[in-house]
Amino acid sequence: MASETLSINHNGYHESYLEYQGKHKGIWGWLLTTDHKRIGVLYMISILSFFAVGVTLGFLIRLELLTPQGTIVGPQAYNEFFTVHGVIMIFLFIIPVISAIFGNFFLPILIGAKDVAFPRINLLSWYLYLTGGALVLLAIVLPGGAPDTGWTFYIPYSVRTSTNLIITLVAAFILGMSSILTGLNFISTIHRMRAEGMSWFKMPLFAWSLYATSWIQVIATPIVGITLVMVIVERVFHVGIFDPTLGGDPILYQHLFWIYSHPAVYIIILPAMGVISEIVPVFSQRTIFGYKFIAFSSIAIAVFGSLVWAHHMFSTGISDTAEFVFSLLTFLVAIPSAIKVFNWIATLYKGSILLEPPLLYALAFIFLFTIGGLTGIIQGAISLDIYLTDTYFIVAHFHYTMFGGTGFGFFAALHYWFPKMFGRQYNKKIAKIAFWFVFIGFNTLYFPMFILGWMGMPRRSYHYLPQFQPLHVLSTVGSWILITGLIIMFTNLFRSLLKGGKITKKNIWGGETLEWQIETPPTFENFEFEPKVFEAPYEYKQNEIEKEEVK
Amino acid sequence: MLADASNFVHSVDSTFTIIVAICVFFLVLITALMILFVFKYNSKRNKKAENIHGSLPLEITWTVIPVILVLYMFYLGWTGYKQMTDAPKNSMIVDVYGQMWSWSYKYPNGVKSDTLFVPINKPVKLMLHSRDVDHSFYVPAFRIKKDVIPDRINTEWFLPKRLGSYDVFCAEYCGLRHSYMYSEVVVLSQDQYDKWMAGKLSDNDKE
Repeated sequence: MASETLSINHNGYHESYLEYQGKHKGIWGWLLTTDHKRIGVLYMISILSFFAVGVTLGFLIRLELLTPQGTIVGPQAYNEFFTVHGVIMIFLFIIPVISAIFGNFFLPILIGAKDVAFPRINLLSWYLYLTGGALVLLAIVLPGGAPDTGWTFYIPYSVRTSTNLIITLVAAFILGMSSILTGLNFISTIHRMRAEGMSWFKMPLFAWSLYATSWIQVIATPIVGITLVMVIVERVFHVGIFDPTLGGDPILYQHLFWIYSHPAVYIIILPAMGVISEIVPVFSQRTIFGYKFIAFSSIAIAVFGSLVWAHHMFSTGISDTAEFVFSLLTFLVAIPSAIKVFNWIATLYKGSILLEPPLLYALAFIFLFTIGGLTGIIQGAISLDIYLTDTYFIVAHFHYTMFGGTGFGFFAALHYWFPKMFGRQYNKKIAKIAFWFVFIGFNTLYFPMFILGWMGMPRRSYHYLPQFQPLHVLSTVGSWILITGLIIMFTNLFRSLLKGGKITKKNIWGGETLEWQIETPPTFENFEFEPKVFEAPYEYKQNEIEKEEVK
Repeated sequence: MLADASNFVHSVDSTFTIIVAICVFFLVLITALMILFVFKYNSKRNKKAENIHGSLPLEITWTVIPVILVLYMFYLGWTGYKQMTDAPKNSMIVDVYGQMWSWSYKYPNGVKSDTLFVPINKPVKLMLHSRDVDHSFYVPAFRIKKDVIPDRINTEWFLPKRLGSYDVFCAEYCGLRHSYMYSEVVVLSQDQYDKWMAGKLSDNDKE
């Protein structure tokens, strides 16, 4: 993207956002910062910490399932493990991971702005996130025990359990607030802060995907927030809302829960799709195929995705009309996702492809997300969903979309933008080795679950019948390979922070979007002059790309 | 374990096979193209990329064909499901009670049991009652599942077509011993069933 960013020269030295000293010094310069980039880094540190807890719980779940029962813990501990694993991975990791880290860091830069529209609210969002996260951890350690309801908190069980459910619900409520504020901030930023010449159709596709995501966050999150408050009211004051013994309706709870929590899967996946739409053209060194179709498919996903929630409830006895409508809409929501996949593949066509670590992860995203999406189609067919729902098939399906999709999208983004964020390059060879461990481990871990589900193994089961054991053993071995890969990946990245080759050139991958035209790492102000944008993103001009070898 | 044990098995399995075949086709197509392009247009072989901005005919093609396919798959799933909702009028009605963490069954004549015994080739309609929290009555071999929700009577039906005993699981998480909430459906010949029922009735008389 051509733009008039001139390089100002403060005695030949550009002070990065990492070194910048504002009103507050040292640690306070971070904890009281309103700089979107520092807030992005704060999110990165905190989200990755919770990710480590979630992975550990996942590891323990898989270890327990090595034998039909009683491998390491009893049923109560197991039920708490999968509940907290779900709560942490969904509310503290996969929902915020891409938008809060890379959205905060790069959205203003991508549209040529100095910061988000409301920098102080942005910091507040992070503190809300941290408060929510602290409460989740508190619910684990306080007497009473970690919640054991599953992350869906289905009533009536969640009214009866004696575990620390209320704290967890308050945590989810606060995390929802954080998510709403981030969404509001991004919508305002995109509407009001685009640089001169940055029309809607000159916006990078990552910005488009964040825009669609933000609307879902703002519209859908309040519903789950209110619903969780109603559960608290029901538990504390015995007001009958959902609990049948008080005259409430448990199905109403499921509707209200999924009215948010289904759109939430698009809050999760859309930013990852945005990342892929950035990475594929950069490493194909050509323009994106079907820009407008990719942009509008994000909006279509946001709209249709809000109207399919009851496909989580095909087996609950909802009316035939509801089954018909929600199944039909579920099938239709697959179309915009398919359009994106086809356009990404077409973007590889006649490119000049550099198989660097970010692209490897992006291609793995396309492969794994396609499996996740197609198995979603299988479950969209009502008669099949009746058979497969609440079995391991669904566990495999959502790990392929959430982890195989957004998780790999996050790894792709991490390897793509990490050098720009910190001015250090990681060891690419080790990054590729880690990739193969993660990719093979992932498939070994989750693919057997499709077969277990088709064999009829119910999910959330501490105990299982002996015929399911071989596939469970395979899956557990997969978890070891995957975790080995994650350790290699993060050690490599962390090591590069301390010892990696320093980067000072602006554009290491040959990207055409604005973040590659500013300093590495970016300065506090991002741009030295307000950028002016003349061309659509991804307009590659051959042989103009300056690439830098790592020192 | 995936025996052809009920009237729904054939329809569910053939729908599954058709949809999986369509899905595998697209997965192979996408993956093959991806790998082909990565090799063929690798920067070592293809130094200069071509900027292709898009193609309306292609966009229409890969929108319309999937739309037709998903409508077809929707139709398969819907018709398969419709059979599951319409229980024959002459079905034997059995009340199923789900509670933390066991199943029990009550027959039209008042007989109760912990294992569900049914005669072969006679439709059975289950009235699902929960005594506490949500459960789900799941018989993988019959391809049926329905949530069991307090204060609401859901129903499901099946026509057992093969003798034998089949696993019954609770598929909706319901607390501590959810995974032990296990029972069996035993499909008997009409003779054996009548004998079992007579035995049950005389047991009841003795009590």
